[in-house]
Amino acid sequence: MGSYILRRLLALIPTLLIASVIVFSVVRLVPGNVLDLMLSQNDYSSSSRDTRGALEEALGLDQPLYIQYLDWMGDILLRGDMGNSLWRNTPVIEEIGARLPVTLELGILSLLIALAIAIPVGIYSAVRQETMGDHIGRSFSIIALAVPNFWLGTMVVILPAMWWGWSPPNRIEPFFEAPLENLKVFLLPSLILGASLSAVIMRMTRTMMLEVLRQDYVRTAWAKGVPERTVVLRHGVKNAMIPVLTLVGVLVPILFGGTVIIEQIFRLPGIGQLLLDSVNSRDYPIITGIFLVSGVMVMTVNLLIDLCYGLLDPKMRY
Amino acid sequence: MHEALVQNTPAAAPARRRGKRFEFMGRLFRERPLGAVGAMICLLLLLTGVFADVIAPAGYNAINPIDRLQAPSAEYWFGTDQIGRDVFSRIVHGAQLSVIVAFAATTLSIFISVVIGVTSSYFGGRFDMYTQRLVDGWMCFPDLILLIVAVSVLGPGIWQVILILGLLFGIAGSRIVRSAGLSAKENVFVHAARSMGASTLRILLRHILPNVMAPIIVLYTTRLAAVILAESGLSFLGLGIPPPTPSWGGMLSLDGRSYMFQAPWLAIIPGVALTLAVFGINMFGDALRDLLDPRMRGGGGRYVAQVRRKPKAEPAPVNAQPTSSTEV
Repeated sequence: MGSYILRRLLALIPTLLIASVIVFSVVRLVPGNVLDLMLSQNDYSSSSRDTRGALEEALGLDQPLYIQYLDWMGDILLRGDMGNSLWRNTPVIEEIGARLPVTLELGILSLLIALAIAIPVGIYSAVRQETMGDHIGRSFSIIALAVPNFWLGTMVVILPAMWWGWSPPNRIEPFFEAPLENLKVFLLPSLILGASLSAVIMRMTRTMMLEVLRQDYVRTAWAKGVPERTVVLRHGVKNAMIPVLTLVGVLVPILFGGTVIIEQIFRLPGIGQLLLDSVNSRDYPIITGIFLVSGVMVMTVNLLIDLCYGLLDPKMRY
Repeated sequence: MHEALVQNTPAAAPARRRGKRFEFMGRLFRERPLGAVGAMICLLLLLTGVFADVIAPAGYNAINPIDRLQAPSAEYWFGTDQIGRDVFSRIVHGAQLSVIVAFAATTLSIFISVVIGVTSSYFGGRFDMYTQRLVDGWMCFPDLILLIVAVSVLGPGIWQVILILGLLFGIAGSRIVRSAGLSAKENVFVHAARSMGASTLRILLRHILPNVMAPIIVLYTTRLAAVILAESGLSFLGLGIPPPTPSWGGMLSLDGRSYMFQAPWLAIIPGVALTLAVFGINMFGDALRDLLDPRMRGGGGRYVAQVRRKPKAEPAPVNAQPTSSTEV
């Protein structure tokens, strides 16, 4: 196991390098006239970046490309320094760190809700195939796949406000001090995000369960007179969960994107809102910082999922 | 081997192909009624898009301040917005925009997927390795964040959106084409063609490409829906197609939020249009996949049904209550 983790970590290095080059290229792709635009639109004079040369220097654009890249990578790797915000002059890493907990909580809660809906319904759908319950479950997933989550979110904000003058709370209390107050804020956004994710997971669970339930060992279990609960849960679910786990890895980037939209609708001060604010104010150091952090987070999750396979599947060799 | 060569040659007789097309439509309606409904929604969307200028009673930006925030009526089918524009006309023009963006971006993305996927799988070796690591690096970024960052560099606008969506989905989709290509290149007729001295380009175009067509068609339909959703998501955030061009996502955007409390149809109608379009494309795509992929055909769990004929011990194996999920 130890050597497997090490090998996986080593395999991550080229991907990380390429990802960092992609992130790095983004700011270099900013066309020169955008710099002029930044100067004319925005008042950077407070941070003494009022000339084009100073701005280029702030973005590090006055150096040869490879030096820019090495500088940039070196700062991140050695000092965790991603530069400063062009506006507030605060370190990017602090700006992101302050917003990260909100996004993480929203993301994790949504994923938990999605799994809590999808896996039981998916299993039920497969075990009771072509029954009323199966049809209801599948119709739900078909609809949830088609409804855009930003529309659902908008409706959830607008309709209760119209009917009862109620609007979702958005004052975030620290989780460990007031967990209930905290969950009140996150529950509705997470439900919306979780519902849209659950559709895909439900379909996958159902398909995999159907396949597993037709395996020889399941027939053998039936023949032995093993009770249905044991056949489904022990022989079926455990084997069907491996592709579902892979799917969760695929969904994490989508979830990340979803948090951007949901944060915007419910006015939650997470990474997504920081990103959109920075896009509007063309604060490129923050944009690149978030870009890089999002990539690294997705990679980390996928690594963890790879390691989880071993827990579910004893056949898996490291 | 000779037989395999004849059977799999892509140059089928046109007459036979025509007959097959009718048979395919028949099967779509018989075996996949939901898919047929989807096909009809797609057709409706397409026709609305093409004939938008004829269908829409007013221009998409025809302002009529006296009739602002009118509820849906005989005159304004879907009501009017905060500056008195006819929502029905805007929805119709929005359909046109969705159709344009969806087809342009999807076609671009499929082209990129095919070029990367086919070459990467066919040449293999080091070329494949480097290409796939690049794809890995690209794919570790969340779609929407990649889109937002790209828009922040290129600026909003219809061509930028098409370009970015095409590139994004193109690179992601290359995986699927590559895996189809990997199995296609092992066909006997590919080896035969190579030993006969056919050029690489000829092998790729005449032998590999037709054999990865089925996943490409499926990919195309799923991408159409994904592109429409992504475009509307971007426009919703105010980063996609700039107003006054009516994008369905843009019509739902936060700028109009305060008016939606007084005029809920402003929020409901674009969302319904979007949902219907995505639903139709998804259903049609699913049906296509089932009909094109022989492995998915038939056998739908009859075995399980037989197994269940044993006396039931418990009503439900898990505490799943499907009704509760519909409330979500």
